[in-house]
Amino acid sequence: MRGCGFVHLLGWVLLIGFVLSVNCEAGHESNHSEHEHGSGLSGIPIVTFKWHHVETPYLVALFVLVSFLAKLVIEANHHVTNIIPESALLICFGFILGGIIWGADKAQTFTLTPTVFFFYLLPQVILDAGYSMPNKLFFSNMGAILVYAVIGTCWNAASLGLSLWGCHMGGAMGDLDIGLLQYLLFGSLIAAVDPVAVIAVFEQVHVNEVLFIMVFGESLLNDGVTVVLFNVFDAFVSLGGAKINAVEIIKGIISFFVVAFGGSLVGFVFGLLISLLTRCTKNIQIIEPGFVFVLGYLAYLTAEMLSLSAILSIVFCGMCCQKYINSNMDENSVNTVRYAMKVFANGSETIIFVFLGISAIDKTLWVWNTGFILLTLLFVIVYRFIGVFFLTWILNKFRLVPLEVIDQVIMSYGGLRGAVAYGLAMMLDENKIKEKNLMVCTTLIVVYFTVIIQGITMKPLVTWLKVRRAAVSELTLIEKVQNKVFDHMLVAIEDISGQIGHNYMRDKWNYFEEKWMSRVLMKPSARKNRDRLFKVFHQLNLKDAMSYVAEGEHQGSLEFVRNKNAFIDFKKKNIDDDYYEVMPDIMADMSDDHSEMSSDRRDPVPSVSLEMHEQNMKAVRESEDINTHHLLQQHLYRGRKQHRHRYSRSHFDVNKDEGEVQEVFQRTMRSRLESFKSAKMGVAPPKTLSKHPKKEQQQKVRGSQSSSNYLFTKHHKQPETC
Amino acid sequence: MGSSSSSTERIPDAQELMQETGFSAAHLVRLYERFEFLDKDDRGELRLDDFEAVSELAMNPIGDRIIGAFFSPGRETVDFPSFVRILAHFRPTDTNRTRNGRNGAQPEPANSRTSKLKFAFQLYDQDRDGKVSREELLQVLRMMLEMQVTEEQLQSIAERAIQEADLDRDDAISFDEFKKSLEKVDIEHKMSVRFLE
Repeated sequence: MRGCGFVHLLGWVLLIGFVLSVNCEAGHESNHSEHEHGSGLSGIPIVTFKWHHVETPYLVALFVLVSFLAKLVIEANHHVTNIIPESALLICFGFILGGIIWGADKAQTFTLTPTVFFFYLLPQVILDAGYSMPNKLFFSNMGAILVYAVIGTCWNAASLGLSLWGCHMGGAMGDLDIGLLQYLLFGSLIAAVDPVAVIAVFEQVHVNEVLFIMVFGESLLNDGVTVVLFNVFDAFVSLGGAKINAVEIIKGIISFFVVAFGGSLVGFVFGLLISLLTRCTKNIQIIEPGFVFVLGYLAYLTAEMLSLSAILSIVFCGMCCQKYINSNMDENSVNTVRYAMKVFANGSETIIFVFLGISAIDKTLWVWNTGFILLTLLFVIVYRFIGVFFLTWILNKFRLVPLEVIDQVIMSYGGLRGAVAYGLAMMLDENKIKEKNLMVCTTLIVVYFTVIIQGITMKPLVTWLKVRRAAVSELTLIEKVQNKVFDHMLVAIEDISGQIGHNYMRDKWNYFEEKWMSRVLMKPSARKNRDRLFKVFHQLNLKDAMSYVAEGEHQGSLEFVRNKNAFIDFKKKNIDDDYYEVMPDIMADMSDDHSEMSSDRRDPVPSVSLEMHEQNMKAVRESEDINTHHLLQQHLYRGRKQHRHRYSRSHFDVNKDEGEVQEVFQRTMRSRLESFKSAKMGVAPPKTLSKHPKKEQQQKVRGSQSSSNYLFTKHHKQPETC
Repeated sequence: MGSSSSSTERIPDAQELMQETGFSAAHLVRLYERFEFLDKDDRGELRLDDFEAVSELAMNPIGDRIIGAFFSPGRETVDFPSFVRILAHFRPTDTNRTRNGRNGAQPEPANSRTSKLKFAFQLYDQDRDGKVSREELLQVLRMMLEMQVTEEQLQSIAERAIQEADLDRDDAISFDEFKKSLEKVDIEHKMSVRFLE
C-alpha cells in the first residue's frame, strides 16, 4: 500500500519530534518562568506558558501517545511482524527512545518503577486475562496447571539459586558479595514465567488449546508462588542466616497456602460482588461497565494490601464474574467491557515493552559480570526443560490424554520471563543486597533473550516441529449440539460404570451452579435465556439476517424483503472500502471458549453480494422455488472463519484457505434465504428471525455510522460454565 | 499384577474380551464387579429396569438413549460381553498401535475415532437406517432443550443444523456427513472416560 511508507516516515518524525520538543521544553521552562517573574507584572498577560502546571500529566500522556504511535508504525507492515513478534520490536523501539532521552537529558528520566508497573500497568493486563479465560478448558486442566505452577516454579527457583551459588563457590563469577540466601532470592524472582510475555509471543503462533492453556495458566497461577518465595527469602535475607530454623521454614510453607488461597478467595468475593451489582444496575446501564473495572482493580489492591497474591486475586475475579456479567448486563455494556478491556490491556502491554526497552539505556545501571549473566541464562533454560519434562512424565501417568513430547518442548521453550521479574528485581533493597544492579542487569538480559530471541524463533520452531495447531473452524450448530450430547453421554457412562470421574464432578458442579449460584447472581430474565445452544442459533441467524440486509441496502434495494416475488441474483462483487464499513463484524461471537475479535483486520476477500433485479415479470411467471434456484452464480465465497479456543489480545486472523466450496455456498445461501423469506412472510416464523431484521433496518435509518451500529447490536455472548 | 489373572477366571471369555476391547485385566475385573452390582436378580444379564435403577441416569436428558445403546436391536437383555463392548467405545484412543497387533484382518478397535463417532451417530439414528432425519434430530434436541425453547425454535434449530451438515441435500445426515461436520472436533478428548482400576 502506498500509504504505508508515508505512515512510517510520519511516525518516526512525530516520535522524534515529540521527544526532543519535550526535552527542550523541560529544559527551557526554567528560563521562561524566570523571564516572566523577572519582568514583573507590568500588565495583564494575555497568554502565559505554564509548563510547570501541566508537566507531570503532560509527560505521561505524551509517553503513552508515543508508545501507541510506535505500535502504529510497527503494525503498519505485517511482513515484519510475521517474523519478529511485536513485543520484540517494541523493546527495540524502547532502546531507541531511551537513547534519544539519554542523549537529551544525560540521565534516564523515564525508567519503569515498580510502583508504576505493579499498580498502573499490570492489573489491566491480568484482568483481561481472567475475563477472557476459557473457564471450562482451564478447570479441566487445572491439576496439571497447578503442578507446573507450584512445583515447577519452586524447582526453577531452588535449582537456579543453588546452581548459581555452587558456581560462585567454585569461583566462576569472580568476586561478588552475594550469599546463598541472596542467590535463592534472585532465583525466586527470575523463576516465574511471565503472563504478559507469554501472551505476546504465543499470540502469534496458534498452538493447540491444551498446550496454550498449560503455559498460560501456569504463568498466571505461579504468581502465588513467586510472591511467597520472594517475600520469604527477602525476609530471610533481612533476618540474616542465623535466625532461620525449622519454625521459620514452616511459617514460609504456611504462608504459601495463605497467600495463594487467600488471594483467590479475595478475587472470588469481588467477582461475586460484581455479579451481584450487575444484577441491579438496570437503570444505570451507561456506567455499568465502570463497575467491572473499578471492582477488578479494587480486588487487586485489596489483595496487595493484605499481602496476598494480587495477580491471583484479579484473575479469579475476572474468571468468576465473566459468566454472570455477560448475562446480566445489557448487550452494549458487555461489548463496552470487552472492548475497553482489550484497549487497556493492549495499551498497557505496549507501554510495558517500551519501558523495558528504555530502562536498559541507563549508564548507572550497568554492571557486567560475564559469569553471572551467562550462567543465569544457561540455567534458566536448562532447568526449565528439565522441570517440564520431569513433571510431564509424572503427570502423563494420570492424564486421560497424555501430553506429547513435542508439546512439552514448546511448553519448555515457552517459559518466557518478562516484566514481572524486572519489577521484582527493582524492588530489591540495595542496602541489603549490594549487588542489586547486577541482578537487575541480569534480569533485563534474561528478559530480552526470552522475549526477543525466543519470541522470534518460536514460530519457526512450532512450524518445524509440526506442533498441533488450534483448530480454526466455523461455528456450527451441529458441533454445538454434539458437544452437549457428548457431555451428557460421558456423565451417563460414568454413572453406569459406577465411577466418580471428571465428568460426574463437572455435572454436579453445573447442577449446583444452576440451582444456587445463578439464582442469586443472575437476573431472572437472564436465567431463562441461558441455554447456549439457542444463543448460538440466534447468533447465526442474526448474522445471516444482517448480511442480507446489509447487502440489500448496499445495492440500494430491499426489494427482496418487501416483495416476495423479487428476483434475487447473487453475484460476486468487487469490494469497496466503504462496503467493508458495513460488514466488518457481523460474526457470531460465540464459542465454547472465548474467541476474540477485532475490527481492525479487514477481510481481504470478496464476500457475497446480492443484486436485486426488480424483474417482477419474471418473478411472477416462475414459482418461488425456481427463483431461488437461479440465485447463485458460480462464484467463490470465502467466509470469515472464526478463531475458537484462542486467547488473543488483538488479532483476528482470517482463514486464508481456499476451501469454501461454491456449491456448498450456493446451497447454503439458497436455503437460508428460503427460511428467511418464509419467516418474513409469516410461514411459521420463528420469533427471532422476524424480529431482528426490522430492528437492524430501523437502526440503519437512524443514520448513525453503520459500522458502529453493527458492532453494538450483536447479542452478547455466553461464556462457558466451569 | 499377578493376582488379577486369578480373578479374571470368573469372567467368561476374559482373554478374548481383553483382546477385543483393549481393557486391561484390572479394568475388566472392576467392570465385572459393577455388572454384578447392577444385576440385582443375579441373572447374569442386565435388563432395562436394572439400568433404570441407576438414579442419576433419570436426570440425564439423554439417559434413555444411552441405556438403549447397550441393548442390541431386538434383544431385551445385556450380557457382560455386550456391556463391556459398549463401554470400550469410551476408552481413550490408543496412541500405540502395536498393542492390538494390527494386521489386515483386525477389525476397527472400539475406541477409534470412527467407532466413537459411529456410537454417537447411533444415538440419533434410532431406526438404524444409516441416516439421521430431521425428526430424529428434533427428538434429540427436544430432549436436551425441552425446558428452555419453544417448539418453533426447536424446529428452526433442527432445520439449520441439517442445512449445515447435509451436503448431498437429501434432507438427512448420513454417517459420512456427520463425520465431516465434526472433523475439527477433538473426539479423542471429548468422548473418553477414565476407567478406574
